[in-house]
Formats: sequence, structure tokens, C-alpha cells
Amino acid sequence: MSKQSLSPAQQGANSVRTHLVLGIIGFIMVFPFIWQLVISLSTNDQVMSVPPTFWPGDLQWGNFVDVFTKLPFFDQFGVSVGITVIRVIGQVVLCSMAGYAFARMRFRGRGIFLGVILSILMVPPQVYLIPQFQIIQNLGLLNTIIGIALPGIFSAFGVFLMRQIFLGLPIELEEAARLDGANPVQIFYKIMLPLATPGISALVIITTLWSWNDLLWPLVVTTYAEKMPLSAGLATLAGSITTDYPVMMAASVLAMAPVLILFIVLQRRVVEGLAFSGSK
Amino acid sequence: MTLRTGSAVGESRDPADLPVPVATTPQKKPKSFDGYWPWLFVLPTLLGVLGFYIWPIIQTGYLSFTETGPFGGEEFVGIDNYQTMLADGNVAQALINTLIYTVIVLAGIPIALLMANLVNQPGLRFASFYRVLFFMPYIAMPTAVALVWRMIYNGDFGILNWMLSLVDIDGPYWTSTPGFAIVSVGVVGMWASLGFGIIILGAALKNISPEYYEAAQLDGATKWKQFTSITVPLVTPSLFFVTIISVINGFQLFDLLYAIMGQYNPALVQSQSLVYIFYNQAFIQNDKGYAAAIGMVILVTIGIVTFFQFRMQKKWVNYV
Repeated sequence: MSKQSLSPAQQGANSVRTHLVLGIIGFIMVFPFIWQLVISLSTNDQVMSVPPTFWPGDLQWGNFVDVFTKLPFFDQFGVSVGITVIRVIGQVVLCSMAGYAFARMRFRGRGIFLGVILSILMVPPQVYLIPQFQIIQNLGLLNTIIGIALPGIFSAFGVFLMRQIFLGLPIELEEAARLDGANPVQIFYKIMLPLATPGISALVIITTLWSWNDLLWPLVVTTYAEKMPLSAGLATLAGSITTDYPVMMAASVLAMAPVLILFIVLQRRVVEGLAFSGSK
Repeated sequence: MTLRTGSAVGESRDPADLPVPVATTPQKKPKSFDGYWPWLFVLPTLLGVLGFYIWPIIQTGYLSFTETGPFGGEEFVGIDNYQTMLADGNVAQALINTLIYTVIVLAGIPIALLMANLVNQPGLRFASFYRVLFFMPYIAMPTAVALVWRMIYNGDFGILNWMLSLVDIDGPYWTSTPGFAIVSVGVVGMWASLGFGIIILGAALKNISPEYYEAAQLDGATKWKQFTSITVPLVTPSLFFVTIISVINGFQLFDLLYAIMGQYNPALVQSQSLVYIFYNQAFIQNDKGYAAAIGMVILVTIGIVTFFQFRMQKKWVNYV
């Protein structure tokens, strides 16, 4: 890597060398995705050939059909969407309400309760996973969308993020509304919440990413393939039929595609959201 | 207490900086909210966190001192689980594996800084295109990318060994040879987490005033000198943040290991991470007491490591 290309200075920003370096690194970063697509369109024999088949003459689109006919992909997709929607809505509603109260309202024990909630940020999931599983089991919610989603609608990180947002908003608007006779729910819903949009979109992005990709918890609370979200379904599939590689790759392409495409389209917002939450 | 009720507390100030009023009823304060409103806002989250997190944490603490019977039910066994763990070579190996993985991921942070620096040059064309390429591995489902890497690493027909064979290297079975396996998983972990570093460090780079670089240029500083004496020191707070998060995430190694290695891998026992061993003991072997003890050890280990990181922070992090 050249010294020139390390500089943030204006000149030389578009030199051939800079683009060459960026292009090579970019190719390395993206190569596994390209390879995944290639395998997903190959035959099993081509996948196992040495030297590798770089382009499978006839594209085997049938592999993608097999994903739907041979695997419970459709069910798993539904579970993934279901748990993600529930967690996102749950977190946005609950975390913004709690974050607002901790930022702007006064009540007895506020500091202590905030401390209690934030304390779980420092605790790795292994420390609450077993009893969480037992709770979901006792509620009869194993192998259900609600059961997978439930603990994840509460988020200490979300409360913290939203509190930081509300702390940064001007208080004058609230006071004016209060003088006009608005009650706290109206003030929160009509005035403060719309102003907190950057924080909410960051929360939506982070929760979507985590919920869609999470593996350990769904693996624990589901046992039937058709009740699993895509992450757990893929991991289980990898353990069982390891021979049909192209279909496995096609399934993994389809599993990651929705969030990947959505986030690439919303690139700017996603980058801002993640950087934003990192700065809090 | 009554005195504080009457005093006009500056409402425009950050409310969190104010002392929490202890024995005052909200109704008496002219400017504060009415009685039960805050509870309407806080109670759902508070109950959820207490029920689904705080209570389970306490229970895990208790469970770690019990033994799970064959039909469920716990028997108090004191510190037996912790003693067993000390003598359990697999747990020690898992700790070492977890540390190896974490160190490999941490080694990606300087690379992320260089990449962030490259892609954030003012006036760079196709910058957002490059940025998408760089952050794709970070947002893609770990289980799904793990399966591709499994193909790349395959000892018989994987493309990695084919490339190595071009330069006459006989590549090993990457994911099923003890020693190689955890490093292979670590490389994927680094690849997958670069995007996070690039995003956070990129945001920090944008906040550096161009005047610093202009001044340095007038003084005749080389680009590399500018990078090491302006860029790096000014992003140390973000480097610190990325380091803390990477260590915490590194200790959580599970998804990639589970999906890259598969459950029937002959090298699995020597390649487990702490979380993998926890999962296996808790939900496969059904030894919840022992698993709870492992969970407590993970908690304490992360706590100690993070504590020392914060202690060492003064030595290298510059807050302007």
C-alpha cells in the first residue's frame, strides 16, 4: 500500500493507484458473495471439481426452485420476518417511551431504575439465556414466533440510545405544549417522537440487523425445522444434508438477500445510523 | 426536601444532571409531570427487563451452584461446578480458542482504519460503491456467509487449496484440523467485522478538520507522517470504542464457529469457543448447572478484560 493513497488530502484522491488498491480490497471483501452465487448456479459435480468451475455454462436456476420445494424455506422466511417485525415495533415503542421518561420526566427511583436497566448492557447473553429458555418453555411458547421474539422486544441499548436522543432535544417546545394544556402522552407522541426520527431509524436498523442474523437464541427455543428462522434453519441444514452444496448456497443467498439488498439501497442511512449509535 | 420543591430548578438544563428528587411528590412541583404518567412510560420496559433479564441473571447465579438431575430439578452442590471447570481441559482450551479468535479480529482494526482512510478521501469517485463492498460482510447473515466460507475452505475441492496448489502448497483441511480450524474461523470473523470498524472510524475521520492537514502540508510533512501524527491520534477515542466492542463480540464467538465447523466436525472438541461449550452443556448435554457456571465465568472474564482496557485507555487515547 502506498503512502500516497493513505492521505486524506485532495490531490491524488482519484489516482489509478488509489482505485487499484481500493478495487483489489473491494474484490477480496466481496469475493465470497460472488463465489456463493456461482456455486448456487452450478451442479454438484461442478462444485466438487478440481480445478474449480469458475462459470457453470448452464445456469442451474432449478437450485433456487429446490430451496422452496425441498426445504421449509418459506416457513422459515415467515418466522424471520415475523420475529423481526415484532422486535422492531416492540423496541421502537417501548424504548422510546422509556427513554423519554428517563430523559425528561421526574419520578421516584429514576436513577436507580435506569441503572438497573443499563446494567444488563454489561452482561453477556449466556448469563440470562438458560432461565430465559425456561420462562419461554413454561409459557408454552417454544417453537412459536412470539416465543422467539419476546425477550428481544426489551432492549437496554435501545433505552439508552433513545434517552440520549431525547436529552439532546430542546425543552422549550415541550413547555409551550404543556402551557397549551397537552398531556404528557400528547407531548411525547405529537411533538417529541417526530423530532427523535434519527434515533428511531438507527434503532430500527440495528434491531433489524440483529434480529435477522441472530442464531443462538432461535436455536435454543426451536426444535422443528419449519418453526425456525432462516439463520437457525441454515445452520441445521448445514449439519444434516452436507452433500447438496448448490441448493445450500442458493438457500443462503436467499436468506441473506432481503436485509442485504434493503441495507445497500439505504446505504447512507444505515452507515449514518450505525455511526450515530456508535457515537453515543 | 421541601426546600428543593420550592426552588426553581433550571428546567432548560439537562434533566439527567439534576439530582433525582427523593421524597417529593411530583404534584407539588409546578413544572414537573403529573403523578403516574412516568410509570405509564417506564413500567412496560422495567417489568420486561426485570422479568426477562434481571431475574434470569440472579437465577443463573444460583443455578451455577447446582447440579441438574436427569429429570430436571436442581440439587445444591456448592462450588462443585467451578471446581470441575478448573480441571476441565476443554474449558481451558475454549478460553484459549476464544482469545485466539479475538486477537485475530482485533488485528483487523488497523486494516479497517487504513481502509476507512482510503475510502474517505475528499473527492474520491465511486466512494459509496467501495463503501458498499466494504460493509457487505458486516451486514450479511453470519450463518449464510459461514456456509460459503466452508466451501472456500473445503480441503478436497475448496478454491483456497486450489489457489495454494498453484504455488505448490498442499493446503490442509482448514476447518477440520485442530489449530487451523479456529484460525480459519478467526479470518472469517475479521473479514466480517472490518465493515463495523470502517463505519465507526470513517465517521471519526470526517470530524477531523482539514486545517490540520493543510498546516502539516505547509510544514512539509509527508502523507505518512500526516497519517501517523494527525489522523491516528485524533481517532483514538473511536479506536478505543471499536476495540472494546470487538473484544466483547469476540468473546461471543458462536455463529461462525457453529456454521463453519458443523456439529460433526472431528476437530470440534479442540476448537470450541466458550459460548459454544456453554451452548453444548446447557442445551445438548442438558447440564444446566455446569453451563450456568461457564456463563458466570464468561461474565467475569469479559468484565476483567474490559476493566483493564479502560485502565490502559489513559496511556493511548487522546480526548480533545
